[in-house]
Amino acid sequence: MGIGLRQFAPGHRTCAGCGSAIVFRHVLEALGDDVIICQATGCMEVTTTPYPETSFKVPWIHVVFENAASVATGVKRALKAQGNNHTRVVAMGGDGGMIDIGFGAVSGALERGEDIIIIVYDTEAYSNTGLQRSGGTPFGASTTTSPAGKKIPGKQEWKKNIAMIAVMHRAKYVATANPAFWADLQAKVRKAYEMEGGTRLIHIYSPCPIGWHVDPSKTIKVAKLAVETGLWMLYEVEEGKLKINYKPKEFKPVEEYFKLQGRFKHLLGRKDIIEMVERHVREHWEMMEKVEKEGIDLPKLV
Amino acid sequence: MAREVMEGSQAVARIVANCDVKVIAAYPITPQTHIVQELAKMHADGLIDCEFVNVEAEFSAISAILGATAAGARSFTATSSQGLALMHEVVFAAAGMRLPLVMVIANRALSAPINIWNDHQDSIAERDSGWIQIYCESVQEVVDSVVQAYKIAENKNVLLPVMVCMDGFYLTHVYEPVEIPPKSKVHKFLGKFNYPYKLDPKKPLTMGPLGFPADYARLRKQLAEAVWNSKKVIKEVHDIYAKQFGRVYGDGLLEVYGDGSIALVAMGSVCGTIKDMIDKDELKDVCLVRIRTFRPFPKDEIVEVLKDRDAVVVLDRNISLGNAGAVYLEVRDALYDEKDKPKVVDFVVGLGGVDVNKATLNYVVEKARTVKSGHVEIVDGSEVSSSY
Ligand SMILES: Cc1ncc(C[n+]2csc(CCOP(=O)(O)OP(=O)(O)O)c2C)c(N)n1
Ligand code: SF4
Ligand SMILES: [Mg+2]
Repeated sequence: MGIGLRQFAPGHRTCAGCGSAIVFRHVLEALGDDVIICQATGCMEVTTTPYPETSFKVPWIHVVFENAASVATGVKRALKAQGNNHTRVVAMGGDGGMIDIGFGAVSGALERGEDIIIIVYDTEAYSNTGLQRSGGTPFGASTTTSPAGKKIPGKQEWKKNIAMIAVMHRAKYVATANPAFWADLQAKVRKAYEMEGGTRLIHIYSPCPIGWHVDPSKTIKVAKLAVETGLWMLYEVEEGKLKINYKPKEFKPVEEYFKLQGRFKHLLGRKDIIEMVERHVREHWEMMEKVEKEGIDLPKLV
Repeated sequence: MAREVMEGSQAVARIVANCDVKVIAAYPITPQTHIVQELAKMHADGLIDCEFVNVEAEFSAISAILGATAAGARSFTATSSQGLALMHEVVFAAAGMRLPLVMVIANRALSAPINIWNDHQDSIAERDSGWIQIYCESVQEVVDSVVQAYKIAENKNVLLPVMVCMDGFYLTHVYEPVEIPPKSKVHKFLGKFNYPYKLDPKKPLTMGPLGFPADYARLRKQLAEAVWNSKKVIKEVHDIYAKQFGRVYGDGLLEVYGDGSIALVAMGSVCGTIKDMIDKDELKDVCLVRIRTFRPFPKDEIVEVLKDRDAVVVLDRNISLGNAGAVYLEVRDALYDEKDKPKVVDFVVGLGGVDVNKATLNYVVEKARTVKSGHVEIVDGSEVSSSY
């Protein structure tokens, strides 16, 4: 049986090459059968459950856009009150559902240390509604609400760092993942699954070929380049300690990543912007490597 | 059974603790705060064996109890005004998903201007959501209605959420002698919560899917029918409860008090004042028709008790801006097909905590005698002579 198909049936309506669908298959396979999924509105809800069909072979609930973490809170507390301490409860949502509109619910769950797993699948935009800008959209990307215009070259703000925000909440476990590094992704989900007590949050890069204007056969190639350029860092934070899971020997030029994606095509040849993005990447790595090397204690659950 | 004097909010907390509730999630807002604080204290003292979630917003309070109910645990939350408005999106979703939530509303005005005092605008704004709405006259009725609410909501032929509405301050902060039915008796009355479609890895199901137009319309039709049909269960539950616990609230939907030819139609705590005036013959030829369940609206029942009156005077503690009070509009609609319809008039009273006292009621009834059918008036208090 293909990856994740035991939990996540084919026949859903995601676009060809959808990175989120690949992410879901890996996540759901790693989670197994003893889970309850609480999902936010977005592409992976709309495409998977057109009544009376469903892709989910595990129990699954969707309510609205911005409350997945709170629904999961209630589900988990209900299981606990009924003496079920084995079933894992997972809140899943996109960058819109978890980083923007549902951020309060995610923050609340983290602050309370809810015993749930939060999965943020990040398409770096509101894919479902036609690729509008989100707090997860990277600098410079052209979206339908931050279009590359004659005057303004795409989004002019940096990406919100949900993983480190979760760390600052004293999350039990925080990790970033990417479907091009699927074994690492599954291991992280598994680790979060095995843990108990405290909130575990995994932030997963999820290419959206239709919205990013990427050839659907290049989804994983783009995902891999995101890591090799240093733009997407794979790391985990456990017990207050940061571990960077993959360090490219040499960062590939950001332009190589941009070249494959229509959302960045207006930046090709824009040396000033590309240099700024590369500087930003370097600074992020310097900060994180310093934290790792010097063993700096990050906030942890006590 | 013994009656104790306690604050309305404390009475709510005490009865919730007796309903075998497994998950409570809440966020404070005046005038609901004492309910949450009392529950938190009882939880901290080990008097309620349940999960207590201090959420970061009302939106999460209702989301959490929705999730908990879906996972098979009887749950509770309470809110008011801005908190209920913040919940709005999930209020509709809960009914659409046919989840039997129970929520107490401490009725309060909606901003702006911001105002913490009582009217019914907050819950009236949710009247189209598919929730059953019970408006209470006394603290004792709130207590009894909370128990009935679980029984109604969880009935397999209903499976709808229920709001128990109590007037902010007038009921939440009043000290009244009340009887709190004991745990054992309430447990026996309610039975175990056994939601037939709960989230369970052993029997996986998908809840809250996408509905295309034809399915959406069909499911909404089912929902509409469920709300209409719930009338029968509301009455049955009321009657069984009355037998076991000894308290009667009309037929569960509607209560008629007195037999005057002018019917004052009202909801909530003001009905106590009206009853007192009727008892003392301070309102000539007036009877009270108290609507207990605004949703489902007891349309046939209300026609039956109003059609032969000379005049119907509706007291609305809300207003549908651009038209008239919500209760008036529905009462008037209900009477439309009657041949010799009585005159129907509307007085919007008590907005944002303006007192609706005997002087107000006297003003309303006297004015009603002089105006034509269709008269709609917003009484802000300045019209009412204080020398009554
Ligand atoms: C309160 C509310 N606002 C807006 C929407 C419209 N809406 C539905 S999905 C969505 C974007 C979802 O974006 P994201 O969470 O990133 O998920 P994706 O579709 O990218 O997978 C929006 C804006 C909504 N359903 N609810
Ligand atoms: S729009 Fe993007 S995220 Fe949504 S299904 Fe298509 S490829 Fe996947
Ligand atoms: Mg997205």
